[in-house]
Amino acid sequence: MRRIVIVGAGQAGLQVAESLRKGGHDGAITLVGEERWPPYQRPPLSKKYLAGDFADERLWFRPYEHYAKLDVDLRTATRATAIDRAARRVGLASGESLEYDGLVLTTGTRVRPLPVPGADHPAVCYLRGLDDAQRLKARLASARRVVVIGGGFIGLEVAATARADGREVHVVEALDRLMARVMPPLLSDFFAALHHERGVALHCGVQVSGLADDGAGAALVTLADGRQLAADLVVAGIGVLPNQELAAAAGLACGNGIEVDEFARTSDPHIVAAGDCTWHRNRLFDVPHRLESVQNAVDQAKVAAATLLGQPQAYADLPWFWSDQFDVKLQIAGLSTGFDDYVLRGTPSSAGFSVFYFQGTRLLAVDSINRPADHMLARRLIAGAAPISRAQAGDPAFDLKTLLTAG
Amino acid sequence: MPKVTFVDASGASRVVNIPAGWSLMEGAVQNDISGIAAECGGGCACATCHVFIGGEWADRLPPKSPAENDLLECTAVARTPESRLSCQIPMSDALDGLVVHLPERQT
Repeated sequence: MRRIVIVGAGQAGLQVAESLRKGGHDGAITLVGEERWPPYQRPPLSKKYLAGDFADERLWFRPYEHYAKLDVDLRTATRATAIDRAARRVGLASGESLEYDGLVLTTGTRVRPLPVPGADHPAVCYLRGLDDAQRLKARLASARRVVVIGGGFIGLEVAATARADGREVHVVEALDRLMARVMPPLLSDFFAALHHERGVALHCGVQVSGLADDGAGAALVTLADGRQLAADLVVAGIGVLPNQELAAAAGLACGNGIEVDEFARTSDPHIVAAGDCTWHRNRLFDVPHRLESVQNAVDQAKVAAATLLGQPQAYADLPWFWSDQFDVKLQIAGLSTGFDDYVLRGTPSSAGFSVFYFQGTRLLAVDSINRPADHMLARRLIAGAAPISRAQAGDPAFDLKTLLTAG
Repeated sequence: MPKVTFVDASGASRVVNIPAGWSLMEGAVQNDISGIAAECGGGCACATCHVFIGGEWADRLPPKSPAENDLLECTAVARTPESRLSCQIPMSDALDGLVVHLPERQT
């Protein structure tokens, strides 16, 4: 593989480029990104970046000069429009095309647009990229009333940031509890109490039916039960969609994401894919899935690079995630899907506790609240470093570290 | 801009400038200092930006939070009295000349 083209200059795309060089690839690498920025960190966009005086440059993974040193041709503000698999060529919006021996798709996701009348009101913002964050931050600066649509990670992080900065904040969630897709009721309740204590108004189990202008430039958000909320800023955080159209148009297998095997290979032997955009297999799990996370972007990108280097290694890394809301840090190790029982370690409070999810005797996942050490140890325990009993997990006086150092 | 000397596990050193207000970890990563993984991006959540800072410099650093202290129990290379997480150290002119030693690995 001499010439490698990477479409998508986010965390996964950058990781593929770096892993290729580290692995000895000395052929050409072209990293194509649609945004006008060099690869940057997205997690701070809903947190530190939004909260304060945080220069854009602090988000860059690497300084601009790094790409020349790495001999990577970074093309920002460049959109790939088509893949010609027979000719092994990627067409760009400029009309130019890039020939490849190996192609990497790290195209990420885009926000799900708000599917209600009036969603094009100028007060409506989304949050995915830095452009979105800049617009949101500018609008937040002059906003007094904020309505967040969607009680998931992004929505709640933005709600916490806005509330901590003194705004009047409402969160509207269609399901009957917060973060219902990824959290058990116990943790939904904990976060609902946290937001309530800090003065965020929560409206769960109700949909937004439409938006209108209030006649003075603000939005009137109408809920399905008839209530209306006036907002200078509306933030919609109702999920994302995988950017798979480029792949699908080229005939690659796609469903909820670009389908890849445990070696990050698509249905074309010359094309791999990694990160948020993939529907993938991981040796640790029986079923394929799509994950939106830093961990998956980095670890799956390493798998994709290894495949291109001709040293395939199956994806078998434990997923982990985090979310910061007010002074609470939530960390998730593993996937709790299929748990039959959970054990609390500590009492639910901001002072810190963890939830250990078991399936039979097997530890599947651990959610930690302000307990980063529990999280780091849990990653090793879930990966099978040592067995842990329910009694040990539930006893805060029992030092988890002894499980890993014993024997 | 404060200057920081990074010394890796083999003894090789490099001097870089880090803007005041940034964390030591951010400055290291942006200057391609290998030996700091910073998996979590600076949230005091992962223990992969472990460094050693000793002598008089140690006294000029902010004290460790309970979370940092707990996480230092989870570092890939065992902690010493000089261990810190570099994401928890804000750079300032008072740290101009700081000397930072890197562990052999972070994961």
